[in-house]
Amino acid sequence: MRRPVRWHIGVFLAPALAIYTVVMVLPLLETLRLAFFRNVDGQAAYVGIANFARLLGEAVWSDAFWNALRNNTEFFLIHLLVMVPLAIALAALLSWPRLRGSAFYRTALFMPTMLSFVIVGFCWKLILSPLWGIAPTLLKAVHLGFLFHPWLGREESALFTLGLVSVWQWLGVPMLLSYAALIAIPGELLEAAEIDGIVGVSQFFRIRLPLLWPTVGVIAILTFVANFNSFDLIYTAQGALAGPNFSTDILGTLLYRTFFGAQLQLGDPHMGATIATMMLLIILAVVCTWLVLVQRRLVRHEF
Amino acid sequence: MAALRRDFGRSVTAHSVLGFFTLLALAPIALIVMNAFKTRSAIFGAPLAPPTPDTFDLVGFTTVLGEGHFASYFANSLIVTIVALAGTILFGAMAAFALSEYRFRFNTLAGLFLTLGLMVPIRLGTVGILELMVRTGLVNTLTALILVYIAQSLPTAVFILTEFMRGVSADLKNAGRVDGLSEYAIFGWLVLPLLRPAMVSVAMLTMIPIWNDLWFPLILAPGEETKTLTLGAQAFIGQYVTDWNSVLAALSLAIVPVLALYLVFSRGLIRGITAGAVK
Repeated sequence: MRRPVRWHIGVFLAPALAIYTVVMVLPLLETLRLAFFRNVDGQAAYVGIANFARLLGEAVWSDAFWNALRNNTEFFLIHLLVMVPLAIALAALLSWPRLRGSAFYRTALFMPTMLSFVIVGFCWKLILSPLWGIAPTLLKAVHLGFLFHPWLGREESALFTLGLVSVWQWLGVPMLLSYAALIAIPGELLEAAEIDGIVGVSQFFRIRLPLLWPTVGVIAILTFVANFNSFDLIYTAQGALAGPNFSTDILGTLLYRTFFGAQLQLGDPHMGATIATMMLLIILAVVCTWLVLVQRRLVRHEF
Repeated sequence: MAALRRDFGRSVTAHSVLGFFTLLALAPIALIVMNAFKTRSAIFGAPLAPPTPDTFDLVGFTTVLGEGHFASYFANSLIVTIVALAGTILFGAMAAFALSEYRFRFNTLAGLFLTLGLMVPIRLGTVGILELMVRTGLVNTLTALILVYIAQSLPTAVFILTEFMRGVSADLKNAGRVDGLSEYAIFGWLVLPLLRPAMVSVAMLTMIPIWNDLWFPLILAPGEETKTLTLGAQAFIGQYVTDWNSVLAALSLAIVPVLALYLVFSRGLIRGITAGAVK
């Protein structure tokens, strides 16, 4: 006996699939397609991989591309090496069962994440500005006044400073993810460790941290994807030209400038699509490598 | 006794570290909001002092409310966020219900197709999205933003809601079927009400990137009529960059609604993030 057609399944799925396909998947594929075309006399002409050859081969393009890729990698490493350890440390403190006021700290530490990049970018621009003088005043108060420089205005420090601002903004997310994983560790396990004399810091490194690695893996990959498609903070703090002298240019700002143009540069959708395709390839390559080589080996314990 | 002292020592360390980072997280926000209420000379003269009756001044807010179209920006942001969230939750819940409730041939495939969006950022399709919006005449409309944000949020929503749907008792749904309820009625009357906490989590989780987005408003709807609060604040501050009173007032006006909402819903939000992580 044949089952009757279950129309309701289609009805339930249709709106989500339709919007997702039309607004996200097809434009993504269209972007990939455009990367293989070029505008010749007002007509789109198929040029094979010529756009990619141009991006990686012509000095004007390749210098900008490698510079953005290098900066983007540095931006990601700042998050990985500063934000992730800090988030785990704070989560470890928060998950201590006898800590009072844990909910208050969680709420407060997560607050910067709620703010838009525009607010974050401008707030820190004002605070770090030599004109207002908050940062130098505070440094002088602890006799470190000589450390102050207009960090955002200097080529050698602007990217690092923005990386730390971004860490300030996003710290709450990895902190909460680590916190959730830490409180999921059953009490008996920690009690058993205590009976064996493993307590305090050594308990953290020998028992809790090893159980946390799979979560840290997820955090690392989420951070990577977010960093390799960020744009807003650099744009609000330094503008589309990602100054000074492109020292804060990342792939997102390069894509924006290429696609829309900025100052003397004309917008070019085909080269924009080429850069977007490269970003997609980089993200997919790293995510797949990570999933196959690393994440699989991080043993997940079910309690 | 020794254990007690160790506990005390540990708790002092924990509170001082957490207190330091809490201060670091909140002080910049407090500094901006506090200085927005001061005269220009007090902003520069004593930036760390709270406003006193002598230094109290609302000139920044007068400029912002007079010159900027913040009421219209705010309304645009509110419309876009609310409609996009409603669409995301309704369509996401429907899809999650289909994926978790029924076995059908393309179930796994449809699920994988939708979760792909968790890893591929929608921004990379911007060139194609703009082309689509130009072709359909949706450039500079709020509809364009709403559609993009629904598409952007659906993978997260489907992912989280599917997990929650699996926890809804099968007996309840089968009892409904025995009583002759249609599948639509079971979804609408039995399942949806049980999912309210999950829906709050999804809403909070997907709301932040929508409300704070600068990329799509800048590209799809930069017109004065359709500017969102984030883009409007960006443009206003860019224009008034030397008028510190106005800049600080504009920033404060942008901060306050978000913070108010956050303080009301923070528990649902934090639960949402942690629930998604444990899975």
